[in-house]
Amino acid sequence: MREEINESAAQAKAAPNPRIVKIKNFWKKLTSSKSAVIGGILIILFVLIAFIGPYFTPYSPFDTDTSNRLVGPSMEHWFGTDNYGRDIFSRIIHGMSITLYVGFFSVFIGMTVGVLFGIVSGYYGGKVDTVIMRFMDILLAFPGILLALAIVAVLGSSLENVIIAVGIFSVPVFARIVRGSTLAVKKLEYIDAVKALGATDGRIIFKHILPNVASPIIVQATLSIATSILSASGLSFIGMGAQPPIPEWGAMLSDGRNYMYDATHIATIPGLAIVVVVLAFNLFGDGLRDALDPKMKN
Amino acid sequence: MTKDLLKVTDLKQYFPIKGGMLGRTVNHVKAVDGVSFTVKEGETVSIVGESGCGKSTTGRAILRLDDPTSGEVEFDGEDLLGLSKKEMRKRRKDLQIIFQDPYASINPRQTVRQILEEALEIQNTVPKKDRPDKIAELMETVGLGAHQADRFPHEFSGGQRQRIGIARALSVDPKLIVADEAVSALDVSIQAQVINLMKRLQREFSLTYLFIAHDLGVVRHISDRVIVMYLGKIVEMGDKKSIFDNPHHPYTKALLSAIPVPDPAPEKKEERVFLKGDVPSPIDPPQGCRFHTRCPFATEKCKVETPELRPEDTMEEGHVAACHYMKEIIDGTHKPQQ
Repeated sequence: MREEINESAAQAKAAPNPRIVKIKNFWKKLTSSKSAVIGGILIILFVLIAFIGPYFTPYSPFDTDTSNRLVGPSMEHWFGTDNYGRDIFSRIIHGMSITLYVGFFSVFIGMTVGVLFGIVSGYYGGKVDTVIMRFMDILLAFPGILLALAIVAVLGSSLENVIIAVGIFSVPVFARIVRGSTLAVKKLEYIDAVKALGATDGRIIFKHILPNVASPIIVQATLSIATSILSASGLSFIGMGAQPPIPEWGAMLSDGRNYMYDATHIATIPGLAIVVVVLAFNLFGDGLRDALDPKMKN
Repeated sequence: MTKDLLKVTDLKQYFPIKGGMLGRTVNHVKAVDGVSFTVKEGETVSIVGESGCGKSTTGRAILRLDDPTSGEVEFDGEDLLGLSKKEMRKRRKDLQIIFQDPYASINPRQTVRQILEEALEIQNTVPKKDRPDKIAELMETVGLGAHQADRFPHEFSGGQRQRIGIARALSVDPKLIVADEAVSALDVSIQAQVINLMKRLQREFSLTYLFIAHDLGVVRHISDRVIVMYLGKIVEMGDKKSIFDNPHHPYTKALLSAIPVPDPAPEKKEERVFLKGDVPSPIDPPQGCRFHTRCPFATEKCKVETPELRPEDTMEEGHVAACHYMKEIIDGTHKPQQ
């Protein structure tokens, strides 16, 4: 009886699911980094605000109130009002979902296309690799914002086009990272083993290479969200993105520019909002990188 | 039983060296340069040689893991190199490989069950509902417990991982298994276990092995025939006994004299042959006999004329070697040059 208990205890000890152990280790590392925790909490907060915030705003983001123009922050209008008398606090809350939407979707586009190009390039090599990577080099040669500007100029200015443009300019970053990792993974013997079993290229790429190059992709995606938000705001700032009266932060910042001397808060508050969101994603991305792969520090 | 299962003819594998600004091919590494041999059904043929002599490359080229530059690989009467990618995928069922490094050769993210299940799924040899039984059977065949199927590779030792690799290769019922240094990464006691397992499986499933190794002790234990390679070419091949007891090529002699002898009594020990220098670069291999730069017997003739594989009166049947002076060296009439 006693032996039996000992045995089952030993078994319980010997068989912790390695996946759970791995996730636990990752979680431990992630939470031990202060910046990652702060970034993570902020991101969760922002997502909550984006989803439920708009139901709780004191004013509509579009209602103008000419008797209350350019009012500074007060109890009634927490962040003050703009040149049409619209409540800036309500506009910031409504703008949150737009900002996150732009960030996530542009990165999703960039990531999908970039990962596909990178994996194909790294896996097949040769001419395919040369053609894809030279094309990526051309994209990389442009400063990001200039490229996005050119794309929006061609497609026309709207929020959707900004997402596409920003997505395209993050393609080469993903392609390069994934190609490098793919080159390393495809040389491993277990890839040869599945090849020898008769696996198709598609199976090898999606089942064996992709999961093994996932960590750098996740890290890059988090960091890219920050960059994309910043670029999208930049485009809206110069009038190429979201059109008024959409409460997009870059556009709000641009509106406030004309009143910089009379009502500083109109420009400052959307600017601060952008800074905080970008910072949150950067902090979280850095922490994620350290937790997923300490060797990857660049 | 004496059908030719694998027939390799004039196999060449050149790897291009890219250079210059436009990435043009500036030269080639001639990893395998005109290798021909046959493997009969049910036998174990070993390829031995130093690192970089092209033995692994030969194995990989046969399986088309790297497509060879030229030559013919005939398997069971069918030319493998002529098959399309799709046809080849189907054919892969019959040719499997076991790798050297048991840590790199299995995906760390899959459980043993997933690894074996995938193998069965790719070739679709076993209907889905029978796969769990087949997996359990495979695990027991290679000496692992069926209850270990849901563990991840990192929970196993090197020897156990190698058994997983063997189970994966066996899962599709192959005819030929290329064992690419399959036991060199294991320690000696485990080596013996894995080799004995492989021998048992050979009897049970009538497998044919192409055994690539550098450890001559292992080769002596497992092989029926031995092929000795040097710098991308075969220098000698023949029955195990004939090669080990009566080597004709100076390179084979040097290689064999390096095997440690269990009884080092001076009268029993043959003279140790030391080779000078390193293996020349396969990018620009020596003219004539490739071994002439290191051969104690080399003459001017060796630098110019390439020796062909040929039998000699003093050899047993099926034994061939590529040296101009085989007979003379055996007679003692051709002495080492100064």
